[in-house]
Amino acid sequence: MAPTDSATEERTPTGGTTPPLIRFDRVVKRFGGVTVLDELDFSVAAGRNVTLIGPSGSGKTTILRLLMTLIRPDGGSITVDGDNLTHMVRRGKLVPADEKHVRPIRKKIGMVFQQFNLFPNMRVLRNLTEAPVRVLGMDRDEAEIRARELLEMVGLADKADAHCAHLSGGQQQRVAIARALAMRPKVLLLDEVTSALDPELVAGVLDLLRDIAVSGDVTLVCVTHEMGFARDVSDQVLMFDAGRVVESGPPEKIFSDPDHQRTRDFLRAVR
Amino acid sequence: MDWDWSYVWDFMPQILDGLVVTLKATVLGSLLAFGLGLVWTLLFRVPSRWVRWPVRAVVEFVRDTPLLVQLFFLFYVLPTLDISFSPLVTGVIGLGLHYSTYTAEVYRAGIEAVPRGQWEAATALSLPRTHTWVAVVLPQALRRVVPALGNYVIAMFKDTPLLYAIAVLDMLKQAQEVGAESFRYLEPMTVVGLLFVVIAYPTSLLIRLLERRLGTH
Repeated sequence: MAPTDSATEERTPTGGTTPPLIRFDRVVKRFGGVTVLDELDFSVAAGRNVTLIGPSGSGKTTILRLLMTLIRPDGGSITVDGDNLTHMVRRGKLVPADEKHVRPIRKKIGMVFQQFNLFPNMRVLRNLTEAPVRVLGMDRDEAEIRARELLEMVGLADKADAHCAHLSGGQQQRVAIARALAMRPKVLLLDEVTSALDPELVAGVLDLLRDIAVSGDVTLVCVTHEMGFARDVSDQVLMFDAGRVVESGPPEKIFSDPDHQRTRDFLRAVR
Repeated sequence: MDWDWSYVWDFMPQILDGLVVTLKATVLGSLLAFGLGLVWTLLFRVPSRWVRWPVRAVVEFVRDTPLLVQLFFLFYVLPTLDISFSPLVTGVIGLGLHYSTYTAEVYRAGIEAVPRGQWEAATALSLPRTHTWVAVVLPQALRRVVPALGNYVIAMFKDTPLLYAIAVLDMLKQAQEVGAESFRYLEPMTVVGLLFVVIAYPTSLLIRLLERRLGTH
């Protein structure tokens, strides 16, 4: 299928095109009578971190929630790593995907939430090992070794046995990032991960995410209001408004010389 | 009428036998109410309305009819259908069934109080649905409802004298027999009343303490 949007024409450094890791194809999402996404097309190449920017209500978070299968689209299809997340073939027909079809695809995706959403009934280490043990079938000892490595990476090695409620917001969010990474996702969705944090705790979390971004192990898809962070970590920035991509491009271009007036207005407002 | 201590010491063993029966009925009735209530709550959430609606109807019916009527039904009507239990077992079933309709509401509130973000995080980690219930949602919900369940245990404890009506040898029944033998009711009835206070009041303090402990987490 031919690319229909400038956002799909991202070039790799070598000049060729790689098959997209994520593709939205005429995706429609309505809430009640309100159309949040209106035949949205865009794609993300593997290893290319993407940031979605735009005014609130423009559908950015909806995109992440669709990818995480927390909600279902009302139209169109979504492909992740070559697998169709929204549809499957049954008796030669394309039908909406069921839970069984979605399950293996969903494992490739992780998400970090604005409100952390750690499991308060488990200690920190257990938060990190529960899914690898239950879902990936990892041996518990192995999962714990890996969890401790991740806690080390996020600077919380000494908190393995702490109760989540005893951690600061910034610490909780770093645990949540480690928890998502413990599943070794190909795509990590970051939904305004610093919005609920006290200002002095934001930097620690963003520094951690910068490290993860450059490591290249996982492709980040971020929704954020931190434009400095967006500029640092992303290879591609998509400007949304009213459920459509207004423009997309490398951060240097979008932040310093955007093509569209809407983008200029938005960036002026958030600065 | 004078208070006769020697009379009290004479009948005390008999009353304490009754107390043991009363406590047995309360503990077993509570366990049944805890288990059955959770079953109702989970059935309320079954997608099929052919399950949900009948369960709702039964629970609503049981909650809105008096416990005494239910006890009589279990005790006098079921045996005509060749289903009969001992008085105590009948009492435990009656108490447990009746109170399960209350505990079901307690659980429902507890489950609804678990933030949606917990379900979403479980989905984001690909945890299977049943595992999300068992490892994430229910532990959080149950923790919240412990104090409310405790209050129902106390209420049930105070309802156990109703079992007198189906010939369970509980505290009240024993006190009544003591009184009937000697035509003195002052001491046995006073002692029974005091025993209820002596047990119920510290228990409620314990629940309040528990509430505070669980709340600080």
